[in-house]
Amino acid sequence: MSEMIELKLNEQPSKKRQYLLLGGIILAMLLWSLTAITFSAPDDGGAKIAGNIIKGILSPDMQLLWNFTSQGVFYLLFETICIAFLGTIFGAILSIPFAFLMAPSVVPKPVYLITRFLVVVIRTIPSLVYGLMFVRVSGPGPFAGVLTMSLTSIGMVSKLYVDVIEDIDRGILEAMDAMGCTTFEKIRFGIIPQLIANFSSITIYRFDMNLRDATILGLVGAGGIGSPLIFAMNSYRWHQVGSILIGLVILILIVEAISNKLRAKLVNG
Amino acid sequence: MRKRTLTLPNGKVVTEQRSKVPLICAILLVFIIVAMRVTHFSFRTLATNGHQFFVILGAMFPPHLDFLNRVWQPLFDTIKMSFLGSLLGALVAVPLAVLSATNIVKSKLLSGFFKLLLSIMRTLPTIVMALIATFIFGLGTMAGTLAIFIFTVSYVGKLTYEQIESLDMGTFEALESLGLTRLQAFRYGIVPQILPTYLSTSLFSFEGNLRYAAILGYVGAGGLGIILNEQLGWRDYGNVGMILTVLIVTVGLIELISQTARQKLQ
Repeated sequence: MSEMIELKLNEQPSKKRQYLLLGGIILAMLLWSLTAITFSAPDDGGAKIAGNIIKGILSPDMQLLWNFTSQGVFYLLFETICIAFLGTIFGAILSIPFAFLMAPSVVPKPVYLITRFLVVVIRTIPSLVYGLMFVRVSGPGPFAGVLTMSLTSIGMVSKLYVDVIEDIDRGILEAMDAMGCTTFEKIRFGIIPQLIANFSSITIYRFDMNLRDATILGLVGAGGIGSPLIFAMNSYRWHQVGSILIGLVILILIVEAISNKLRAKLVNG
Repeated sequence: MRKRTLTLPNGKVVTEQRSKVPLICAILLVFIIVAMRVTHFSFRTLATNGHQFFVILGAMFPPHLDFLNRVWQPLFDTIKMSFLGSLLGALVAVPLAVLSATNIVKSKLLSGFFKLLLSIMRTLPTIVMALIATFIFGLGTMAGTLAIFIFTVSYVGKLTYEQIESLDMGTFEALESLGLTRLQAFRYGIVPQILPTYLSTSLFSFEGNLRYAAILGYVGAGGLGIILNEQLGWRDYGNVGMILTVLIVTVGLIELISQTARQKLQ
């Protein structure tokens, strides 16, 4: 009996060499990357500044937090939600043609390879650069933020859409063909119902991410809560930073909880 | 709304559920209109001014090749920052994920606390962490590495504890009943089940971090962002084009390697 077990055990391919190689590569990369870290700054100033920052953030500026005018946290958060929402909707709409052009089962190889390359390029250019380009189009403000978000959403959303498109059950389409359905009917009753749940789920997920990324837009003056936040940080007003951060964190946690519920419902029917 | 009732041939009456689609569409439409008002969105501006977008894009071509020499050092800094941050973050994420998993830690309070900690860490924008870090550690790669580290801990930590919680605990119990200690049972019952997903999550987060690290320099946290900010400030778009080209090629290569590795892991 024990011989049999041992025999079975020895049949298993040994992964020791693979793991050793992997470990070696990681160790070498680690040593190489350690050279980038220079402990130049931690003089006596650092700890004191850190203390001040934490103290400031933990005692937030209540006046700013409960201010309901267009300067207050609530309005800024609302504006951020609007930017992320519109950006996600437009991004999702723009992603649909991209996704179909990226699907190997829909278009020939050269077309999907070119589209994939294009999407990698769109995804890799930092959102800041887009922000600057769009500020030229619309002037500084939330409009530029919406345009930037629409463009940056394409990368991830279309990539996830492709997986859904590739998973379509073609049997249904063949059955509809056999029944004599027109192309419109095939799309309306055969394709859309198969895609819509997963597409919505992906879009909601992206909305979550866009809300989180919206802070970056503030750096180039593209609206939302980012610019007052970074402005407050650069002028060391840590109480204000605290109140903005608290609002942002609570908002994102709430939205995340709702979106998780929605997505679970969508995917499980 | 009226429900449609149908009578089947065998006399049974069924009611058709009303579709919720019109309601959802209406709510979405209202939201879109409100959001367009708030953000001053106008298609007319987009149509009349849209070509302005391509002005900068056009100025990036052709990229200035002689700027390439100045790109290497920040590029390597970016790669080092994101690698170090991702590696350390992924390692620290493991104990935190184990402590947040309700099926390993019996105390609800403890696991809830660590879950909340991971959530809050994930919510804080990375760019804010980087900016705070530059105030504490000074300008440079250290601040960027710290920001990436914190993000990776929360991201990998969350996905790993979700994975642990969805595990089949039967193996663990069986191993414990064979007389193994909890630690041994964890090593042989749980680690092999989560290892592939954990590694592929870590690789995926490394890819994402590389892209993110390129922005962090904008607040002075080291890497490509610094020269990107500098050249954008001087409106030297040929140089910006060069930086972006290098970034796209590097990210593309690393993504290719990591994707192959992740496919092997699955």
